[in-house]
Amino acid sequence: MILEFTPDQQMIREEAERFLREQSSSQAIRRVVDTGSTHDVELWTSISRDLGWCAMAIPEEFGGLGLGATEVAILMELAGSRLACVPFWSTVCLAAPLIESAGSDEAKATYLGAIAAGEMAVTVAYADLSAADPSATVAVQAARTPNGYRLDGTVGQVVDLAVADMVIVPARLEDGATALFALPSSGGQVVTSLSVIDGTRPIASLELPGLEVAAECRIDSGAVTGDQFAKALRFANLGLAAEQIGAAQGAFDMTLAYISERVQFGRTIASFQAIKHRCAKLAVDIAEARSLVFGAAAAMGQADAGESALEICGARVVASELQFLAAEEAIQLHGGVGFTWEYDPHLYFKRAQASAALLGSCEAHMDKIAAAMFGDGGRP
Amino acid sequence: MSDLNAFRAEVRDWMNANLTGKFAELKFRGGSGEGDALPDLRKEWEQELARGRWTCPGWPAEHGGRGLSVAEQVVFQEEYSRAGGPGRMGHIGEGLMGPTLIAFGTEDQKKRFLPGILNGTEFWCQGYSEPSAGSDFGNIKTRAKQDPETGDWLVSGQKVWTSLAHLSDWIFVVARCEEGSVGRNGLIFLLMQLAQPGVEIHPIKQIGGGSEFNSVFFDGARAKAEDVVGQPGDGWRIAMALLGFERGISTLGQQMGFQQELDLIVEIAKENGADRSPAIRQRVARAWIGLRAMRYLAMRALSDEPSTETRREGLAYKYHWSNWHRDLGRLAMDVLGMDGNVVSEYPRRERLQQMFLFARADTIYGGTNEIQLNIIAEQGLGMPREPRGKL
Repeated sequence: MILEFTPDQQMIREEAERFLREQSSSQAIRRVVDTGSTHDVELWTSISRDLGWCAMAIPEEFGGLGLGATEVAILMELAGSRLACVPFWSTVCLAAPLIESAGSDEAKATYLGAIAAGEMAVTVAYADLSAADPSATVAVQAARTPNGYRLDGTVGQVVDLAVADMVIVPARLEDGATALFALPSSGGQVVTSLSVIDGTRPIASLELPGLEVAAECRIDSGAVTGDQFAKALRFANLGLAAEQIGAAQGAFDMTLAYISERVQFGRTIASFQAIKHRCAKLAVDIAEARSLVFGAAAAMGQADAGESALEICGARVVASELQFLAAEEAIQLHGGVGFTWEYDPHLYFKRAQASAALLGSCEAHMDKIAAAMFGDGGRP
Repeated sequence: MSDLNAFRAEVRDWMNANLTGKFAELKFRGGSGEGDALPDLRKEWEQELARGRWTCPGWPAEHGGRGLSVAEQVVFQEEYSRAGGPGRMGHIGEGLMGPTLIAFGTEDQKKRFLPGILNGTEFWCQGYSEPSAGSDFGNIKTRAKQDPETGDWLVSGQKVWTSLAHLSDWIFVVARCEEGSVGRNGLIFLLMQLAQPGVEIHPIKQIGGGSEFNSVFFDGARAKAEDVVGQPGDGWRIAMALLGFERGISTLGQQMGFQQELDLIVEIAKENGADRSPAIRQRVARAWIGLRAMRYLAMRALSDEPSTETRREGLAYKYHWSNWHRDLGRLAMDVLGMDGNVVSEYPRRERLQQMFLFARADTIYGGTNEIQLNIIAEQGLGMPREPRGKL
């Protein structure tokens, strides 16, 4: 009823915040962005192996900590606030929930265990990650062969593909069902890193030119259902929304620090009411978005799935709007230095636009909500 | 949780059993914008609530309440509103005056005033704002001068925007008791009977035609010596503490009303075809999102140990709900289209029209948008304070 973090959740939050402040500094982000690296190797090792963040929401039977959406949202928010250059979202929010929801028992034991142990970064090659329902289309065909399957197709953009140790590929079988294939990075697929505007999250294309894979590469527990995809994608959307509000807070904190020091007309520019009010409005939007994200996280698994899905759609809408607003205000309120490469606002600005394009636009999410409210399946 | 569910059922059953007969007429009435509707029957309803021990349920048991937890109070508010419980005539007494007396009142004051609030027989209003002390509350000019013979206080001046003064019995008044004092110094917090010589109440006709607010004029009106709360000169502290008792629990009931308004909008849009407009659909969806966020925002703000974030969020709450509601008013009218132009007794339409008009007040009373943004910036974000002028 009254929403507050438990002492354990509070502790996770404080420790993660301290750790990221030290380890994911502006310099660390720039080492990745300026060199075109896929990720911050050291940071990822710490997060996945030493701190056990990847184990947070994985069930205990598979070696995880069995905690819930709230704990993951807490970590995603903080990772977002520092623009941490690690495949955390793709591994923990995109891939792991899909394995948990649709994987075979064997796949769960093997891969969830490896993710929990921090041994593996995993991503998913959805045909169209920009769609509100990325599972609606499949870009890869799977044909049975005497020893397994032959995979054919191309996925234009897969996030974190170049850093992932394994990619899960949804593919259409000859009978029309959807299967999941897990391909290790050495599996023979063609991975081409794309030059991206947001250098904090790498994107690569995936080509499967008639790739022959063993039968064991198929990891689903039978044809994957729409509900299984939907369940996994709810988690992905929630995690992304949490990351987005974190990035908004990160941009905002940076802006507040800057305007409190910048002096014009004999006073800090933070003392001008025009600027105070813009910051205060942003604080209202942060309050709205954060409440919805953590409210939806707490309700996940308690409220019915349809209701929960709509809340998460809503969380994505406010989080995407907020992240962009915070980033554009960061540029504006930094004044001239706001559009330089040297200062950090552009990192947040680029991440904002890139993230808003993932897993459904604001309009698409609002269409889903409206369809549910009017009970007409999206009439016009 | 199961206890809470049982409690929820208890409230629901009581409301269903009692908001019937002559009280059925009160369902969904007396809310925002029509606080002056059906006043006599709503006062009787307060007494009905009192018989069920549902007035002041959050007060401690030793003062006649039920000592409900915050979670239980939230449930009560939600079920009260869900059942269509009318706007509470007694809410100033219950939510503001009572808790202030419990905290700062003398034993004699508690004995004299708490029962009337509990029983729904004495109604209170709030004498804070003045024509030149709105956002700048410290600029109070109403004066209180002590009568050397009786020790009573003689009050002269004007209060304004006093909700339901014309339907109340008592008013608490913040006045200046020290000659020449300015700002928050030299104020006194007085309890005054409204039915006395030297008090005149003039209702103010509002944008929607109703009169919930009043001007209250004092010309040598009397507050008894024993009706000072705290010490003379200490009025600011009491006045601020009183505002702090509004913890926002009632806002969850208010949100039930918002949900009903949004449901009405959806229903009408389906009937008149406004639901075919993609733009309207997006606005309806955005309204739903804002309301859902509002609910969680309130639930986070009720935390007993607020963090920096939840404290900031609490400051943002008023700005969020009032602007959301104002936007909802416009959405309602856009959905109604030309039907919205015609005044009618058609209750669904009238409710939305009134909401559209009165929601303009939401971003003004209780701290305007601009003051709210100053508060968020200064208290929430630690930004520099606004300079004071010298006029």
